[in-house]
Amino acid sequence: MKIVTANDLKSGAVIWWTGVGWSIDVDEAADVGEDGARVIAREEGAQNAVSAYVIDAEKDGQGVRPAHIKERIRAFGPTVRLDLTVKPADANAVNWVI
Amino acid sequence: MYKYDEYDQQMVDTRVAEFRDQVRRRLAGELTEDQFKPLRLQNGLYLQLHAYMLRVAVPYGTMNSAQMKMLGDIADKYDRGYGHFTTRTNIQYNWIKLEDTPDALADLAKVEMHAIQTSGNCIRNISSDQYAGASADEVVDPRPYAELLRQWSSFHPEFLVLPRKFKIAVIASEIDRAAMRLHDIGINLVKNDAGEVGAEFYVGGGMGRTPFVAKKIKDFVPIDQMVTYAEACVRVYNRYGRRDNKYKARIKILVHELGLEAYSKEVDAEFAHLLTQPIEPPLAELERIQAMFVDPAFETGLSDDLDLSDPDFRLWVERNTFAHKAPGYVIANVSLKPIGGIPGDATSDQIRLMAELAKDYSFDELRVTHAQNIVFPHVKKNDLYTLWQKLEKADLSTPNLDTVGDIIACPGLDYCSLANARSIPVAQKISERFGTAERQAEIGELKLKISGCINACGHHHAGHIGILGVDKKGKENYQLLLGGSEGADTSLAKITGPGFDEDGVVDATEKAIDVYLANKQGDERFLDTYRRIGMAPFKEAIYG
Amino acid sequence: MVDVQFRFRDDEAVNDPAVTVSAFTEQSNATAVRIEPSDDARDLLPSLDRLALVEVAFPAWTDGRGYSSARILREAGYTGELRATGDLVIDMLHHMRRCGFDAFAPEKPLNTSDAEAAFARWENVYQATVVDGRPPIWAKRHPA
Repeated sequence: MKIVTANDLKSGAVIWWTGVGWSIDVDEAADVGEDGARVIAREEGAQNAVSAYVIDAEKDGQGVRPAHIKERIRAFGPTVRLDLTVKPADANAVNWVI
Repeated sequence: MYKYDEYDQQMVDTRVAEFRDQVRRRLAGELTEDQFKPLRLQNGLYLQLHAYMLRVAVPYGTMNSAQMKMLGDIADKYDRGYGHFTTRTNIQYNWIKLEDTPDALADLAKVEMHAIQTSGNCIRNISSDQYAGASADEVVDPRPYAELLRQWSSFHPEFLVLPRKFKIAVIASEIDRAAMRLHDIGINLVKNDAGEVGAEFYVGGGMGRTPFVAKKIKDFVPIDQMVTYAEACVRVYNRYGRRDNKYKARIKILVHELGLEAYSKEVDAEFAHLLTQPIEPPLAELERIQAMFVDPAFETGLSDDLDLSDPDFRLWVERNTFAHKAPGYVIANVSLKPIGGIPGDATSDQIRLMAELAKDYSFDELRVTHAQNIVFPHVKKNDLYTLWQKLEKADLSTPNLDTVGDIIACPGLDYCSLANARSIPVAQKISERFGTAERQAEIGELKLKISGCINACGHHHAGHIGILGVDKKGKENYQLLLGGSEGADTSLAKITGPGFDEDGVVDATEKAIDVYLANKQGDERFLDTYRRIGMAPFKEAIYG
Repeated sequence: MVDVQFRFRDDEAVNDPAVTVSAFTEQSNATAVRIEPSDDARDLLPSLDRLALVEVAFPAWTDGRGYSSARILREAGYTGELRATGDLVIDMLHHMRRCGFDAFAPEKPLNTSDAEAAFARWENVYQATVVDGRPPIWAKRHPA
């Protein structure tokens, strides 16, 4: 699937396009098909998002997993500071990245 | 230490107001991201993997305790309780919100700090020797000269949109502790036969994807022409540096393509012309600055004896301290490289503690080093044990300066949007494998430097052992390099061969170290042995 | 031609069509010339006295060669209009003034009040560019 990611203009937080808005949870990312460029143009124009781009990902029973490690680290947080990631309580969650 | 006068304060305050206005226009949609990006970069604000990152300048690496304390407070108030000290002797915060940035800058301005020109295609923070004013081997204290250049380069109207970033280092000692020859301009302050101070200029050094060691362009620029000569060097670069390809835009490429002689000729012509323009600050200005860098009131008649009966303290003294020019004093290094830790990171509590200790034990002064450590430059030997005990309680007493555990590492793919691979986990694994005191003692001085991409922020080209992270078909891959150095004997490391995965590069590092241990003669360091026996035995052990 | 939005001169506006540097140096009676980033401003030095207008083009504001061109012309004594044109941004206007520009013709008109604030932003300056006539901070610290 193709999903769109960006950073929130004000906070800089990593965000994912859900089809209707932005979420910080990659599992809520929507498959944009061929629509990515249009979503990006509209959202950047509306000053909601910066540095938006389309990436490849896979969806399975667990959720959405970006194809490249860089986007998995963006989705998860720094692998060397588990306390600052999206799953601070789960010591094994980092394996999802690697 | 330098103290702002009303003018300096006004400049910094004006910048805060300007940036506040830029952020307002950005949030109001008056500036697009494309327009805003170069502006925010000139204020050290990046958009990184997870959030905005703010890089705060520590001019020539020198701070007082109030400034250091503020760095800790900013980490708590605007970030997530920690900061990262960098190879440019700055500090970075990883989780800054755009809307908070003007307030953070305003707080910094209260303690005479800023983020001016810590990024962007302009003259960056000027770095210097972390032992300036404390070590016995310097010709003069280089910091007043660096301050003079700081003021010259701040908002220099002609040089704010250069072809690429521009880094200057100023030192005044034969032992180069600031990687001077790996800067766009390196200045070594020297004395001529008449005893006058002048500036020996080097140009065209740098790391990145095409590393070059800077070449000497002038033996002796009279000190009352130093700013003018620098202006000539940068003007020629601004006019002729390549702008068609950002990877070929640094001055090192211009000097390489034109040749030193042709570049030098252009600079000489521009210098002769600029000498007719009254642009050089008077010597009285240098003297005004120098008056603020006089030695602190060192006590006299102090004993040079140290009680080394505590073996842990002894190890730390042997590893992390350096001779001071004043009897009874010592330079103490705080390693920000605990075993298995994140190189250069410090928590807000650690930062505030170091601020407090600097006030109590180091005449209110601290330094940041390009190796991502902190220095207390003026510690009374009588106080050293107490200082060490307080550091130990805060996990700041790792005795590993310049050893394999004292790794320089860029933030890598854990934080940086340019990175191809993670640097920190590799550093952590190496540090854990070789971290024991016995192992470090056996290996001795070994500078290991890790970059997570070709931009080389982790100085891998200058590592005795360098590691470069690359992307190999979507997977992290690490190349191993040997034989680099950033000191007076600067050399560029050479790649051993095909890359490895994360564990593989740690194993390969160990094999390289084993070759050294098996071949070392006398007091040879890893680098000396490598230079003597060459790459072949290492290659054989690693790939054979 | 784009309109001049800001002008800091009392003389009459110059509207002569600007020619390229090569056309000008090869023999021209033109009184206005346009410098592109890759042109060498020093090519104009022999004929500065017949010029009433020099336009310095900024196809992208991030290409800073025009700043050196401007200062070089002023250092050589050029006193006619020095006009920045193209992709001009508010936050650089002050620095352009300091390099000797005294007219500004942005491709897209700039917000007037923001631009005026930018021109007036820096009450003091660290360096002597000489060509802006402003005493730098070091001169104020050490009055002659």
